[in-house]
Amino acid sequence: MVDYQLDDVNPEMSFLEMLDTLNEQLVLKGEPPIEFDHDCREGICGQCGLFINGRAHGPLAATTTCQLHMRSFEDGDTIYVEPFRAKAFPIIKDLKINRSALDRIIQAGGFISTHTGDAPEANSIPIPHHVAEQAFDSAACIGCGACVATCKNSSAALFTGAKVSHLVILPQGKAEAATRVVQMVDQMEKEAFGNCTNTKACEVECPQGISADDILRMNFEYNKAVLLVDGK
Amino acid sequence: MPTLSFLSNSISRKNLMALTGLFLCLFLVIHLAGNLQLLLPPERAQTQYNFYSQLLSHNYLIKLVSYALYLSILIHALDALILTVQNWRANGAQGYVYDRRRTASAWYSRNMGLLGSLIFVFLVIHLKDFWFQYKFGVVPMDAEGHKDIYPIVVAAYSELWYVLVYVVSLLILGFHLWHGFASAFQSLGLYHSRYGKWVKYFGWFYTIVITGGFILIPLWVYFFNY
Ligand code: HEM
Ligand code: FES
Repeated sequence: MVDYQLDDVNPEMSFLEMLDTLNEQLVLKGEPPIEFDHDCREGICGQCGLFINGRAHGPLAATTTCQLHMRSFEDGDTIYVEPFRAKAFPIIKDLKINRSALDRIIQAGGFISTHTGDAPEANSIPIPHHVAEQAFDSAACIGCGACVATCKNSSAALFTGAKVSHLVILPQGKAEAATRVVQMVDQMEKEAFGNCTNTKACEVECPQGISADDILRMNFEYNKAVLLVDGK
Repeated sequence: MPTLSFLSNSISRKNLMALTGLFLCLFLVIHLAGNLQLLLPPERAQTQYNFYSQLLSHNYLIKLVSYALYLSILIHALDALILTVQNWRANGAQGYVYDRRRTASAWYSRNMGLLGSLIFVFLVIHLKDFWFQYKFGVVPMDAEGHKDIYPIVVAAYSELWYVLVYVVSLLILGFHLWHGFASAFQSLGLYHSRYGKWVKYFGWFYTIVITGGFILIPLWVYFFNY
């Protein structure tokens, strides 16, 4: 841990703007800036995960680091900033981590096979509104990794559960349901994430408020695939 | 092959944990039902409990179930060890310098391995003092020719420290079940957002009845039978 002092922090600054300001000063002093990830800065890309004062994305629930503002801290506070830590998230530099393990879980099955080209007629497959909403709630996952970071077991069950759920809830996702869940769960295993013990800390910290019910749906789909369908 | 994959990934390992855990939960119901006979007036309790113990140890079906039980405890504990070590490894070499993750979940849900290990220690004491004694110790016969285990139980529960060990151990079991019962259904995926909370409530009800019932026995014997 390195100590930095930053004066005149505006309470309206976002947490990342505060880090930008600190980095500008470091560069002016000829010191290397602190590396951290970010992209959209509007809470939708999932790049900006930081572990702030002992919690994923800082003190507020359901908030990304970029949507956290300095008004959530007191004047004169010392703030602890760490990268998300898990064996599956190697640190690249400073606060920057490699989250490719999550991408590989998606590559293992988090898609549907369909013809590309012209978009099909939107209403050709009737989907009740509440089903569409439910799928969308799961699809809101931005893959930031806060669930892994806050899990005492470094389990990626909430992430994988969300990715399994948003597809399997919809009719288009049913055809590949069995192979998808088996392959994604196997990939999660290969990436050396831990085992979920249902503490539900993940759903508390998730910036998108993904429900831990998605984990249970994944478990159900997995057991169904293995017991009733040959998943391979 | 699904049959051989029961340890191959996190969900299958959790299935094993949940199935053995729920089997132990079922056993606790039967174990408690039988042991509530210890609350009967002493003379009645003595003949009846000795008879009951004799019945259990001479029934082949019970024998079969008891082997499944020993196996379940061992598999549950071994799987717990595997899961817990994997979880430590998954955390990576460096932990957080400043860690307040505990604010996001209940302490007993985060310490199932520790609670379970303490239960395991208790089980060793418990089995050594009663089960081992009954099977391999020198136990006198009662008037009806059954092994007279009842006075051994009463003698054990006449010691305050021994009663305290039981009460504390059972409370530990209670916390394990407070999280474990619902967690097992969740691990198996037997869960629905509409009915899930009833599983949780039933788990809490189950835990109170089981833990309360088992705690009552040593206290009752200590205060009323001795
Ligand atoms: C009578 C004794 C016991 C009963 C009734 C019991 C019951 C349970 C149940 C129902 C679960 C939930 C399974 C799941 O989440 O999938 C569980 C989990 C667990 N048990 Fe036990 N258990 C007992 C003894 C033990 C022992 C002796 C140990 C350790 C040596 C242990 C360690 C664990 C661990 C580590 C978990 C995983 C926690 C989790 O996944 O949330 N248990 N137990
Ligand atoms: S920078 Fe995109 S979510 Fe924060």
